[in-house]
Amino acid sequence: MREFIKRYEGLWLFTRSPAVILAAIVALTILIGAAFAPWIAPLDPYDLASFSLMDGLLPPMWEEFGTSRFPLGTDDQGRDMISSILYGARLSLIIGISAMAIATVLGVGLGLAAGYFGGRFDAIVMRIADIQLALPAILTALLIDGIARGVLPTDMQQSLRVTVLTLAIALSLWVNFARTARASTFVQMNKEYVQAAVMQGQHPLRVMFVHILPNILGPLLVIMTVDLASAILLEATLSFLGIGLPADSPSLGTLIRIGMQFLFSGEWWILWVPTLFLVALVISINVLGDFLRDVFNPRLR
Amino acid sequence: MLRVQGLTVKFPSRFGDVTAVEDMAMQIAPGEIHGLVGESGAGKSTVGAAVIGLLQPPGYVAAGSLHLGETDLRTLDRTAAHRMRGKRISMIFQDPQTSLNPLMTIEDQLVETIQTHEDITTSDAQARAVDLLEEMGIRDAAARMQAYPHQFSGGMRQRVVIALALCTNPELIIADEPTTALDVAVQSQVLDLIRRLADVRKVGFMLITHDIGVIAQIADSVTVMRRGKLIENGPTAEVLGRPQHAYTKQLMGAVPPLDRRLDRFPVPEDETSPALGTAARTNKAEDWLLEGVRQNPIGLSLDGITVAFPGTRTSFWHKPAPFVALDDISFEVRPGAVLGVVGESGSGKSTLAKTLTGLLKPTAGTMTLAGADLPGGKARGRHHASRQLIQMVFQDPFSSLNSRHRIGAILSEPLWLYGLVKDAADRRALAKEMLDLVGMAPDAIDKYPHQFSGGQRQRIAVARALLARPKVLICDEPTSALDVSIQAELLNLLKDLQAAFGLTIIFISHNLAVVRQMADEVLVLRNGRVQELGAAEDVYERPSAAYTRELLSLTPVMPAEWAQHVP
Repeated sequence: MREFIKRYEGLWLFTRSPAVILAAIVALTILIGAAFAPWIAPLDPYDLASFSLMDGLLPPMWEEFGTSRFPLGTDDQGRDMISSILYGARLSLIIGISAMAIATVLGVGLGLAAGYFGGRFDAIVMRIADIQLALPAILTALLIDGIARGVLPTDMQQSLRVTVLTLAIALSLWVNFARTARASTFVQMNKEYVQAAVMQGQHPLRVMFVHILPNILGPLLVIMTVDLASAILLEATLSFLGIGLPADSPSLGTLIRIGMQFLFSGEWWILWVPTLFLVALVISINVLGDFLRDVFNPRLR
Repeated sequence: MLRVQGLTVKFPSRFGDVTAVEDMAMQIAPGEIHGLVGESGAGKSTVGAAVIGLLQPPGYVAAGSLHLGETDLRTLDRTAAHRMRGKRISMIFQDPQTSLNPLMTIEDQLVETIQTHEDITTSDAQARAVDLLEEMGIRDAAARMQAYPHQFSGGMRQRVVIALALCTNPELIIADEPTTALDVAVQSQVLDLIRRLADVRKVGFMLITHDIGVIAQIADSVTVMRRGKLIENGPTAEVLGRPQHAYTKQLMGAVPPLDRRLDRFPVPEDETSPALGTAARTNKAEDWLLEGVRQNPIGLSLDGITVAFPGTRTSFWHKPAPFVALDDISFEVRPGAVLGVVGESGSGKSTLAKTLTGLLKPTAGTMTLAGADLPGGKARGRHHASRQLIQMVFQDPFSSLNSRHRIGAILSEPLWLYGLVKDAADRRALAKEMLDLVGMAPDAIDKYPHQFSGGQRQRIAVARALLARPKVLICDEPTSALDVSIQAELLNLLKDLQAAFGLTIIFISHNLAVVRQMADEVLVLRNGRVQELGAAEDVYERPSAAYTRELLSLTPVMPAEWAQHVP
């Protein structure tokens, strides 16, 4: 085992950093919890029949009046906090990961092509990216959300909420990928292996995706982790502002918004439990992202 | 003055401590130039870093003693060591581009260094700086001093770096490959300067280099290192004139001579692998190549090729004057001949290679391949026959192979791309045979490029080029990143391949001695213009252009009587 670890520098660095190990454990636990929420969660917060108003506003079990039926208490509707958070994290992660994936495909594709072809195509793509950067991410998301509300029929709006939200977030994140992919591609274009491939008459798509892409994956992986955290935060922000997911299928941001109403009325757990959960998730993803950056960029060590 | 005894340097790593230098000993007297020579990984630079106390962490001195005069360098604490650096020991680095701060004027850098070590007024420091620069041979130093580093040429910059190293009157200067990044003409000026400083100022120099020619030219004494161990040391004439150790002899034998052409370099490995084309080996890749190549070598010709790049815009209103990288180049390469192209940096050598391979479009002129028109740049389609017939071996073996692909994928690619071998298993088998042909173990096929040394990678690059079944091979400085012994092996390989397959080779290099070993004909380039073109013998023995004569006279060579001892 020791020998195996020593063979791979990344693994070796991993075993020597307690903060990174902790972050990995937290992120993995949340990920598994969210993925298996329907099987793990004690109750189904989407099923109106499974909870009752009689259980509303119960504090966590270690407080007075707390019961072991609801270890982290309940909200005003009587929904179990643990179940709400697991389901909420599930939604947040689904939106975050798919938004990140869409942004990656779009951004890397455009950035790679811009770096490879250069010239006018590069100028056009990068100016679009500049315009995109000038608009705050929330504004972009609001814009898309607004357009979707105006264009789509009402009944579809509800069923397409998650999709619209995902697209809105993806559109505000792709610029990062495009810029990094383009800059890295420029560096690789001067490397002789790319010149060798071009000289041999290989197809541009092959040069881009078979030759260059594997060599620029390092920095892109780092951005993917950091942007996953951004996507989750952005979704939480949008939901908090009330343009994300509705209260009957709450994400982490929606839960925090609901909790806000109880901030000063003594029921602190309704706000703090989902907030701390979100903070733990985002911090651990960011720590992992920084670790990845160190592994892929030894000069920063 | 400097005494090093039993020096051992170790680097802790995740595989335990790695010994970089073991039991090293050397002495340098005032005014002595002590050459430290060895191939990459020999630990030369580590010795220099240990002496000046700048070992890259986590490296540390594990044993031995370091004395400068009466001072024990190992017992100095951090602040004392810091004071001593610059004051008593200075350093000259390899690359004058990066060892000067680009945002400070030359004057500021010199004055800053002088005032760090001495409590004198700025105007005194400035006066000293002017004197120093003039001593370095920079004319009109008072005015030139106001300039920034980028306004100086490479050689001038290295003079400034030497002035910086000297401005505190140090006893010892460690020069780490001080001329490696410079052209021969500038190199010889910088070496003269170092020699003069040692003689006049009695500064001791530790001259770290891989180039035995440089050592032979200016060093008083020399230490040969290999893999962190001392091989041989003593006065230069002694060590190079009568080398005792087999490694020293081997190292000297691998240096290409300028005054004659060797058929093959003496390389110990020769005994185990018989030369190509002899009856002793049968190789499928060889047969496969012969099938397509040997029967009909093809020639190449250029007529009036000019390549101009758009210049930098200096005014909003005027169109910038183009920068002409190649100016009206015409030559012809006979089928199966080797054309050597020599020139200093900026002479247009690499532009020529890129134009031939279709990476650049010439502004004027025509090219032909085997008599047929050869379009340039994008006009040469992806399926043009020349894409296969012309292959190239690049300079930097670390960037010319895709580091994320296995050797098998790299080698099979041309076979697949040009539809030479349809079946994947056959491609793999042929790639294996080709590895054998270029002198590599067949199990390399499942490894990644980073698992190989520079010389091995260059062999792989040659194998990749050959697997396209080319008729013309362009080698752009294929050995300049390699150690001399590896260079000798690669040159042997190229000679063998050329003889066996009748390849037409265009061999580009800044090193005249290397080109002499390879070329039938030589083209001398300077600033994009042809200076001389002729048979190799004529160009080297009876150069007609003044520039060629200058290049030949400035190339550092070993005195003939020393070279004779080499087998």
